[in-house]
Amino acid sequence: MSEQQQASNITIFLNGLWKENPIFVMVLGMCPTMAVTNTAINSLAMGVSTLLVLLGSSTLVSLFRNAIPSQVRITTYIVIIATFVTVIDFFLAALAPAVHKELGAFIPLIVVNCLILGRAEAFAAKNTPGKSFIDALGMGLGFTFALLSIGVIREILGSGSLFTIPLFGEGFEPWVIMVLPPGGFFTLAFLLLGFKLFKSA
Amino acid sequence: MELFWIFFTTLLVNNFTLSYFLGLCPFLGVTSKFDTAFRLGMANIFVMLITSIMAWVLNTFILTYVPYLRLISFIIVIASTVQLVEMIIKKASPALFKALGVFLPLITTNCAILGLALFQTSKEYDLLEGIVYALGGGGGVTLALVLMAGIREETKIMDVPKKLEGTIFNLIVAGILSMAFMGFAGLFSAH
Repeated sequence: MSEQQQASNITIFLNGLWKENPIFVMVLGMCPTMAVTNTAINSLAMGVSTLLVLLGSSTLVSLFRNAIPSQVRITTYIVIIATFVTVIDFFLAALAPAVHKELGAFIPLIVVNCLILGRAEAFAAKNTPGKSFIDALGMGLGFTFALLSIGVIREILGSGSLFTIPLFGEGFEPWVIMVLPPGGFFTLAFLLLGFKLFKSA
Repeated sequence: MELFWIFFTTLLVNNFTLSYFLGLCPFLGVTSKFDTAFRLGMANIFVMLITSIMAWVLNTFILTYVPYLRLISFIIVIASTVQLVEMIIKKASPALFKALGVFLPLITTNCAILGLALFQTSKEYDLLEGIVYALGGGGGVTLALVLMAGIREETKIMDVPKKLEGTIFNLIVAGILSMAFMGFAGLFSAH
C-alpha cells in the first residue's frame, strides 16, 4: 500500500474512534447506550456485538454496492444487518448465556441501531470493502469505548463494583439511581459536557 | 380487566421511552416542535398496531417452524408497513405527508416498533392483548415525545447556560422526566 493510502486508512479508522465518535459526536445508537450500560460487562458485550455486526454488514453492503437497486437499498441493508444480528444472537446464547440473558431483547435491537444502517448508507455504499471494513472497525471500537465509559461510571457509582468486583468496603451506599434509566441519561449528559469542554479547551 | 392493566402499565409504569429506552433517537432528535412530535407519535401508534397484528400472525402460524427467521421477518414487516403507510398518507393527505417529511421513513429504525414486536413475543400475548399492548406502548411513546416537545418549546425562551445547550440539555431533561415516571412504579401493585 502506498504512503498516501496507508495514511488515509488510518484517518478513516481514527475518525470513528474519536472525531466522529458514534455516541459522543454523532449521537447515534442511543437506545442500546442507555439500556445496557448499567454494568461494565454488559457495555463491553453490547459494544463487541455491535462491532461484529458492523464489520460484517458494512463489508457485505460494500461488496454488493453496485448490485443493489436504489429503491430497495434500505430494505436490503436491513435484511443483511438482521441476518448478522441473528447469527450474533445465537453465538452469544451459546458462548455466553449469562450475558445473553442480561442483554435480553437488546441484542435483536442491534438491527435498528441507527449507527449500523447509517454507516451502510453513508459509507459502505460508496466505498470499497477494504475501506468500509476499516471504517466499521473504527466506528465499532469508538462505540464500544463510549459504551464502556458510561458503563464503568454507572457501575462504580451505582453498584460499587467494576466488572462485578466490589471496589468499596461494606459501608458504601450505592447511588442506585445510576443503574436506573435516569442515571443513564445523566451520565451521558455529563460525559458529553466533559467531551465538549475537552474539545474546546 | 387484564387488558386495561396492560394498557395502563405500558403507558405509564413501563413507558417504552422513559423506562425501556426505546425510541430514543426521535425522542432526542425530533422533539423541538410540539406539532411534529404529536404527529410522529400518531404515526408510530399506527405502525405499532399493524406490526403487533402481523407479529402475532407470524408467531402463531409461521415462526413455530422457523424460529430463527423471527428477527428478519419482523423487520421486513416493519419496513414494508412504513413504506405502505407512507404511500397511503401521500395519497390521502399530501399536506400531512409534507408535514411529516423525512420522519416517516425513520420510523423503520425506531427501536420502539421492533421492541414492541419482540416483547410481545416473549410475553406470549394473544391477538387482543397484543393490540392493547401496541396502543399502550405507542401511547407511551407519544406521551414521552409530546412531554419532551412541550418542555423544549417552553425552555426555548429561557436562559440555558451556553455549554449545556443542545443534546446535553435534552438528556438532562430526559433524565428528570424519567425520574418523574419512576414515581408511577407500584401504581398497579395490587394487581
